[in-house]
Amino acid sequence: MAVDAQTVEKLAELARIAISEETIDEVSNRLGDVLQLVDQLQAVNTDGVEPMAHPLDAVQVLRKDEVTEPNRREEFLALAPQTEAGLYLVPKVID
Amino acid sequence: MHQLTIAEIIRGLREKQFSSVEITSHLLERIQQLDGQYNSFITVTGEQALCEAAAADARLAEGNAPALCGVPIAHKDIFCTNGVRTSCGSKMLDNFVPPYDATVVDNFLQAGAVSLGKTNMDEFAMGSSNESSFYGAVKNPWDLERVPGGSSGGSAAAVAAQLVPGTTASDTGGSIRQPAALTGTTGLKPTYGRVSRWGMIAFASSLDQGGPIARTAEDAALMLSVMASSDKKDSTCLDRPPQDYTANLNDSIQGLKIGVPKEYFGEGLDSEIGARIQEALQAYEKLGAELVEISLPHSELAVPAYYVIAPAEASANLSRFDGVRYGYRCENPADLRDLYMRSRGEGFGEEVKRRILVGSYALSAGYYDAYYNKAQQVRRLIKQDFVDAFQKVDVIMGPTAPNPAFKLGEKNADPVAMYLEDIYTIATNLAGLPGMSLPCGFAHNLPVGLQITGNYLDEARMLNVAHQFQQASDWHTKAAPVAE
Repeated sequence: MAVDAQTVEKLAELARIAISEETIDEVSNRLGDVLQLVDQLQAVNTDGVEPMAHPLDAVQVLRKDEVTEPNRREEFLALAPQTEAGLYLVPKVID
Repeated sequence: MHQLTIAEIIRGLREKQFSSVEITSHLLERIQQLDGQYNSFITVTGEQALCEAAAADARLAEGNAPALCGVPIAHKDIFCTNGVRTSCGSKMLDNFVPPYDATVVDNFLQAGAVSLGKTNMDEFAMGSSNESSFYGAVKNPWDLERVPGGSSGGSAAAVAAQLVPGTTASDTGGSIRQPAALTGTTGLKPTYGRVSRWGMIAFASSLDQGGPIARTAEDAALMLSVMASSDKKDSTCLDRPPQDYTANLNDSIQGLKIGVPKEYFGEGLDSEIGARIQEALQAYEKLGAELVEISLPHSELAVPAYYVIAPAEASANLSRFDGVRYGYRCENPADLRDLYMRSRGEGFGEEVKRRILVGSYALSAGYYDAYYNKAQQVRRLIKQDFVDAFQKVDVIMGPTAPNPAFKLGEKNADPVAMYLEDIYTIATNLAGLPGMSLPCGFAHNLPVGLQITGNYLDEARMLNVAHQFQQASDWHTKAAPVAE
């Protein structure tokens, strides 16, 4: 299954990943190869088969709505490139 | 000392033949001397290891030492380690130093193990050759021109090169078993949920599972006894009490029913590997087991289903690495869109980007039903094959990988050929079953792995079955030539 450059550009936009003009053909070809592999699934009859999202068919575990972790704000703030007055600083996003 | 197994190290430490500081120093020196040729470590924590070893020696002297007190191990760089860089093999997390330990890491700390550092891996655990790491490819100790398998190639190579007796690893589609097979080591992927994933950086959440790589089944049992715990921090972790996986290693396997899937011995399997697997099966017959031919009719669909489900989950899990919330941030972004696009474009490697794009495709409007939903339906069919098979047999055996270790760079231009290296391991992850690989001979002078798949939570039986083989053979004792 071929993947055209336009589709790759759309996927790159959806995934928020920059792909350079020089590599777009190579990415198209390789994506096409992978999609050709997974296209084998289309030939399988799955009428009436329930999709399986979890190998053990587990359900979400719930717990009481109470605090279980200590406040480690300073340690996590220390991981950020920039902080000020106990807040995370991120690049300006409003023009 | 580097030739000792974990079981032998435990005995040696308790009988005061050597101290933890002595064996830790010896292995650290060996890593410094030899790992330049393997590249199996991303980070070596020498000073910290010696402090932990000294503390372990003190506990051993007091006589209240826990299970693995003083035993050197290493962690795959996918497990968060408090105060130690955890890169997941990616430029994206090159400078990430977590302020907490993964539950698995904490379990080993509680058990007194000494961590020598963090092992190399395919970026975000995506790969079957350990060539996609930001820190460079890992080399197979049996032949430095060949890959060790992936994504836990660093963990497997470090054990095969006798730099450390055991390592933690993770397996999403075969990433413990395939590198174990290619390096002549013993690796175990537990039942999904048996080992906590808290603090293990997520690739595909419904498939990822941590487990050990060691030289013997006995050592894997010792490590799994520490790793496997219930964990309230991980809601997918099964609520099961700790278990001593060494308790049944010496049970007889007389009358054991071994399922041999006919689909695993067809086209695509290297003939020498096929011969080694048949010899191993005959050895099991001599030990009193019975071989039963079975069929797993949907097994050929495992790879295509996996390459929809895993990338779909990966595209969601890796969305947090955008340069704002987590991970590498590009220089001088023009605006928010540019920040996201360039941070992710520059921070991720080619294989990771490819899988995120495939995942975005499979989940996008118009394709969800045809790809994602279909793959999840096929997944149920694959699981049902195993459920049916385990009505008739106790374990399933076959090859772990279709080929021996291939040359570095050989499959880089063909991702699909690379994906097919996991053809025998992926179905186990889709079904959530436990599986392991153990050495069973050589093909083309390279190690061959025998894969054992067990029923849900039947790790103890698998380890017993593997241990009995290793009591009757010596393949697991063969050391890589460059490691001698």
